Amino acid sequence: MASLDDLKKRITSVKSTQKITKAMKMVAAAKLKKAQDNAEKGRPYSQKMNNVILNLSNSISDKDNAPKLLSGTGKENIHLCVVMTSDRGLCGGFNANIIKKAKSFFSKVINEGKELKIITVGSKGNDQLKRTFGDKIVENISFKNSKNANYFDAEKVGKIIIEKFEKDEFDICTIFYNQFKNVITQIPQVQQIIPLNTEDGDQNKSEDSYEFEPDEDEILSNLLPKNISTQIFKAMLENSASEQGARMSAMDNATRNAGEMVDKLTIEYNRSRQAAITKELIEIISGAESL
Amino acid sequence: MSEEFKIEIVNPEKSFLTKEDVTEVVVPAFEGEMGILKDHVSIISFLRPGIIIIKSRSGEEKFYVEDGIIEFKNNNLSVLTSSILNLAEIEKSKLQDLIKSAEEESNQSDISDQYKYLVDQKIEVLKTIN
Repeated sequence: MASLDDLKKRITSVKSTQKITKAMKMVAAAKLKKAQDNAEKGRPYSQKMNNVILNLSNSISDKDNAPKLLSGTGKENIHLCVVMTSDRGLCGGFNANIIKKAKSFFSKVINEGKELKIITVGSKGNDQLKRTFGDKIVENISFKNSKNANYFDAEKVGKIIIEKFEKDEFDICTIFYNQFKNVITQIPQVQQIIPLNTEDGDQNKSEDSYEFEPDEDEILSNLLPKNISTQIFKAMLENSASEQGARMSAMDNATRNAGEMVDKLTIEYNRSRQAAITKELIEIISGAESL
Repeated sequence: MSEEFKIEIVNPEKSFLTKEDVTEVVVPAFEGEMGILKDHVSIISFLRPGIIIIKSRSGEEKFYVEDGIIEFKNNNLSVLTSSILNLAEIEKSKLQDLIKSAEEESNQSDISDQYKYLVDQKIEVLKTIN
């Protein structure tokens, strides 16, 4: 059995860990509120953007000449996957969930004999993927210095993707991120952004006829790159809310576990202290009896 | 009054402005300034750098935009833009910064003509505000 001193030391160390996890939980909770607000405020923009594009693509007359960002290159040979993770750890299964989802997608792509290219956003994803898919990673982007998800960063990622698309470096682009449902649930999402999936979204909107100025093609070719950045930005917002949520619940669990451990250790400490006292008493009494 | 319609300006971060009592909006559409009144035909267009003027009963407001899309439908005008500034709140120093960075961009040699045209337009608009 560990000595009293050892037990005491362990108790203090667990207690100080608990203090840290508790503080991290508080910080995450405060940040979560903000991130959640931001995610909610950002939704109208991406929704409206989607609506407009949906309307446009429905009314486009010449489908064959539609911009490539919408209709695709006609091939499916090279997949570009954008895996969006956090820059910091200690957030439970947050990163692991995305990576898991991404990895299963990757092996599917490879099994089909297609080429795979990966862009990682956030350093944690890069850390985990470079071991198995290191040769496939073409770009690693990290926004460690920006405090909150902002549109400027999203635009940077969007530009990189579009640049690559224009150079014919890939045919299909998919993004991976966590959608924020609530504090305990984050759903890893796979979303194809190039070519754009126009099938989802409500169809009844297509009945309205619009006037376009200039014509549809020109608007579309201007709008689609913007839409990519918008989708990335949406993913970033969802991701940051998810990250804080995941961290909060992970740290809450850690705090609770530490509490249980302290309780257990305290009982053990008290028992062995009592045992020592009893032992001493027996020694004194038996000593006195023998006189 | 029945001559009013609704405007909503959203940027990626948040809903920037919503107004229910707008009587007229002038937007810098790509092919020229466009005035929108109630019961305008449904339209989608995109913006070039310029000034959005919103006239409502409570007065007139002006906003500077660099780009964006507008959608008008059922007397709802939505403006989607990633860069919008309220002219009443904009600071002189910020304006100067914008002009400076735009001028630097314009002087780069490796940009497309169309882009240069947009940037030049931006500088012009900024200078008139200034």
